[in-house]
Amino acid sequence: MLERLTKFFASRWGIILAGAVIGVLGPTLQKLGNPPNMGICVACFERDIAGALGLHRANVVQYIRPEIIGFVLGSTIAALIFREFKARAGSAPIVRFILGVFAMIGALVFLGCPWRANFRLAGGDLTAVPALIGLAIGIAIGVWFLRSGYNLGRSQKTYTAVGWIMPVLMIGLLLLVIFKPVFSEGGPIFFSEKGPGSLHAPLIVSLLIGLIIGFLAQRTRFCTMGAIRDVILIRDFHLISGVFALLVAAFVANLVYGQFKVGYAGQPIAHSNFLWNVLGMVLAGLAYALAGGCPGRQLFLAGEGDGDSAIFVLGMITGAAFSHNFNLVAKTDTVVEGVLKTGGPSPFGMAAVILGLVVCLIIGFTMREKVA
Amino acid sequence: MNTVDARGLSCPQPVILAQKAIAKGDFPIEVFVDTVTSRENVRRMAEKQGCKVEIVQQGDEFKLVLGR
Repeated sequence: MLERLTKFFASRWGIILAGAVIGVLGPTLQKLGNPPNMGICVACFERDIAGALGLHRANVVQYIRPEIIGFVLGSTIAALIFREFKARAGSAPIVRFILGVFAMIGALVFLGCPWRANFRLAGGDLTAVPALIGLAIGIAIGVWFLRSGYNLGRSQKTYTAVGWIMPVLMIGLLLLVIFKPVFSEGGPIFFSEKGPGSLHAPLIVSLLIGLIIGFLAQRTRFCTMGAIRDVILIRDFHLISGVFALLVAAFVANLVYGQFKVGYAGQPIAHSNFLWNVLGMVLAGLAYALAGGCPGRQLFLAGEGDGDSAIFVLGMITGAAFSHNFNLVAKTDTVVEGVLKTGGPSPFGMAAVILGLVVCLIIGFTMREKVA
Repeated sequence: MNTVDARGLSCPQPVILAQKAIAKGDFPIEVFVDTVTSRENVRRMAEKQGCKVEIVQQGDEFKLVLGR
């Protein structure tokens, strides 16, 4: 029975099912209270968690997002049931941490991870188009490095307890969001009272949907970076059929929910600065490619015992803190007295993206084995 | 016999290494991997390239034997 299910999930229909389910559940979460065109955004939600913990003090983006907890624990449950939980670690952790930091900085210059780019497009936000082009460019650069021998070396099998660190951390976060303790006057845990951080579906719904997605994605290896990488690297369309399914399902769901509003400027929690939508995602895409997975995939891997992916996740959360503390995050488009003001990153954000690209290129060039 | 040890390597390294071995054409090729993800990725790629794939479970690791 398990073997047959495994075969199904590994099949083309398996990945399409996973993509379609995620595609429907994203807009559903939005309908139930999550921010507009942000039914699910791994980068944004990790950023919200960083804020809730007080790692940054942007008071509009602070919430312990149960979806993220569900992604990790859903993956853990799937890996345990199907006997794939395997503790492993030790493949250049410090590099993965740095890649995580810059992946987040790039993502927050666009204002979203690849999942949200697809959800934004499915909601009619056309600024997602330059972002997805940027993502593909970043991944293509990563593929070039992969072809020329780039890799971060082998991980080692390790103590089972190592694999449990991330799932247990998530259980800790779950306790914090359930009991909402305040650790000092005016201190964490912070929960936004206005802005995107204050918009959320009921806790139990977010958690359950997170668990379902974590389970499905662990079984099918759903990955938005791998999707584009496999097309470029080995002309394999398996993963990308899942991403297309997500896009189509989310589009239909948005139509049904009345959440589809086509346009370029002034879209919710987005900016229409073409160049920096592209460049932010070039950086993020390159960092994901060098680290071997999109932010979602890194959570699912962390859930099945991969300590290196867990480090990448912690890097992203740290990157989110830097992004907000150092004013690297892009401002959204605003309309003041009927006049549209185009958003985008501050000069610091622009510099951080350039710095990130330089760092990623150095990582790519210097961490290559000689190709035989 | 051509051997590829892709244990401990993360996605997509096992696929890249196996693909290179297939391109060399020295069959049969033994590919060692340690995750189901790698096993499925290598199997899918090899079958697409017209190889016969035999999978042998070895403890919690796998050996894939690729043949023409």
